[in-house]
Parts: sequence; C-alpha cells; structure tokens
Amino acid sequence: MAEELRKIMFTVRKPPHGTIYVYEGLEVKLIMAAYDADISVVFMDDGVYALQQGQKTGDLGVKGFEATYGVLVDYEISKVFVDRKSMEDRGMTVDDLVVIGEDEDTEEDIKPSVVDAEEISQMMSEQHNILCF
Amino acid sequence: MLHTVNKSPFQNTSLESCLRFVREGDVILLIEDGVVAATVGTSKADMVTEAMKKVDVYALDADVKARGLTRLLDGIKVTDYAGFVDLVDQHKVQSWL
Amino acid sequence: MKLAVLIYEGPYNHEASDSAYNFIQAARKKGHEIEGIFFYHDGVYNVTKLMEPPQDDRHIAKRWSELGGEGIDIVVCIAAAKRRGIVDDVLVPNVRISGLGQLTMMAIKAEKLVVFGD
Repeated sequence: MAEELRKIMFTVRKPPHGTIYVYEGLEVKLIMAAYDADISVVFMDDGVYALQQGQKTGDLGVKGFEATYGVLVDYEISKVFVDRKSMEDRGMTVDDLVVIGEDEDTEEDIKPSVVDAEEISQMMSEQHNILCF
Repeated sequence: MLHTVNKSPFQNTSLESCLRFVREGDVILLIEDGVVAATVGTSKADMVTEAMKKVDVYALDADVKARGLTRLLDGIKVTDYAGFVDLVDQHKVQSWL
Repeated sequence: MKLAVLIYEGPYNHEASDSAYNFIQAARKKGHEIEGIFFYHDGVYNVTKLMEPPQDDRHIAKRWSELGGEGIDIVVCIAAAKRRGIVDDVLVPNVRISGLGQLTMMAIKAEKLVVFGD
C-alpha cells in the first residue's frame, strides 16, 4: 500500500505483576507488530521495573513474560526505549535490564535504548497514536 | 500534545511525570481524580502554577463539580466534555494512566 | 475527526467507563466519527447482560449497547474476555467479540485515540 506507515507508540508506566496492564499490554504489542505499523515502546516511571532482569513469577503462580521480552526483536519490535531518569530514580542501570534480542550480524545482546525525556517528548509528538499500559 | 492526567498528585507521580515530558504549546487536561491538582492551598499548587507558565492546564468541569471543588488555582481553565473533545481534535493524545 | 476510544476498567468500580461514555457522547454531538470503541483488560466487563444495577443508577451495559445499536462498532477483546469468563452468550446486543487486530486497525485508522483506564 502506498499509504504511509503509521507510527504507533506504547508507553509503559505501570510496574509489572501488581496489575495485568503490563502483561496484556505486551499481548497488544505482539499482535500489532504483525501489522504494517511503525511501532515503538517507551518504558517510563514504574514501567522500567517491567524490564528488570531475573523476574521469577513461579512462586506467585502466574505466567511471567520475561522470556517474551527476550525475543521482542524477533517480533520486529526493536524500537524499545527506557526513560533515563525513571531508571536512575529507581537505582537501576542498563545492566539490570533484560535483553530483548540478539544482533543478527554480531550476535551481541540487544538492550533497550536509554534516552532522555526531551527525546521521548520529541518521539511522542511524531506519533500517529499512543497507547498506554 | 494533549496530556490527560486522571490521578491525584497525592496518589502517585503521574502528574509530576507528565510535567517532565510536556513541551511549550502542549496542553494538560486533569480528569477524574486528577482534578484535585487544580485546587488552591495544596502542597502541589506551586508545581501546577509553575507548569502553567509553560502550558495550559485544564480541569474537567464534571469531575471538579462532582468532588465539590470550588476554589481553583488562578489560570486553571475549566472545560466540559465538549471542550475535552475539541482538545483531542487539536492535539495528539497521551493518557497518563 | 475519526476517533477511537479504549476502555481498560470495569463498570461502576472505576470512573473510566463513565468518562469514556460522556466523552464519546460529546464527540458525537459535535459530529465526529467514532471509528470504534475497544474494551480491554477488565473493561470487558462493561458489556455483560447479567448486569443489574439499582433502578436509580445508570445502566452501564445498556448504555453501551444502545451506542452499538446506533451503529458504533463496539469490540470486546477476545483474549481479555475469555480469560475473565466473558463469552458471546453473556454480551449485550450490538457489541462483538474480536481480536487485538481490531484494536490495531482502530489505532491505525483513527486520527485520534483516547485511553480511559486506571
């Protein structure tokens, strides 16, 4: 189709597991990635906890999603960003974040990109629509 | 951008976060529990007043009335659902749930 | 404008459903086109016909059903619905269960998308 690819952004601001927002939000991203849309995901505020490595939900008796985050790039969701201040406010660094895929050429782990608020604001203003979870 | 905020600033940091991302020309609309941020005499009032130097801050009338809030900060624009629709018509929307 | 509305919370418990309804009615009054309404998360509980609120209160499911009857596409997410025991049999008329692809199409086709939730 000649139509321009629509930019859709997901903002994830809720912590994982306390509510189902992050989990079901991920389901939306995976489906939407199969469509012709230019998808990006931004984790901010408590949403950065969704990217914490080593989440083990077994004792809770709920299905986790860390494994799915590990293959986001395979689902063609590679524009994954973390708000720097939200991460630092929570005492986290890039080392704490999950790996979201592997670089095809170098086989190096891909991590979410840490960006500043100004950059996120700019990206927001360029979106066709924004979904929040 | 239109930023809708539906939480009291005493409940969580949605409004505070939103303020970190707003840019000149953006608009904030306080709805649901978010409207309490529009009132005078709170410890959050300075934050909201400061924000109004940069962006327009609206409060949804139905939510303000439902909560019996009568004393709003100078500069707060009160709007109804029709005004909410106009704001959406004029801007892209980020809902700070 | 073409408008899509997402609703994430159940009826009565949270204001989201009322906010969304009032917003949508105002938009229609102004002549805007509603591309679709999508219920997700606990929002799927908004349209069950088992709902029986006190007579002096608004009937949330009926309200949505009436909007659907006026030609607005109201979609309940199948994955979220099945997880919560919401199936075709318990839905009010004029709403349909469908997949997240519908939400995707709404997000792409609608010029504006507004989310109501917690």
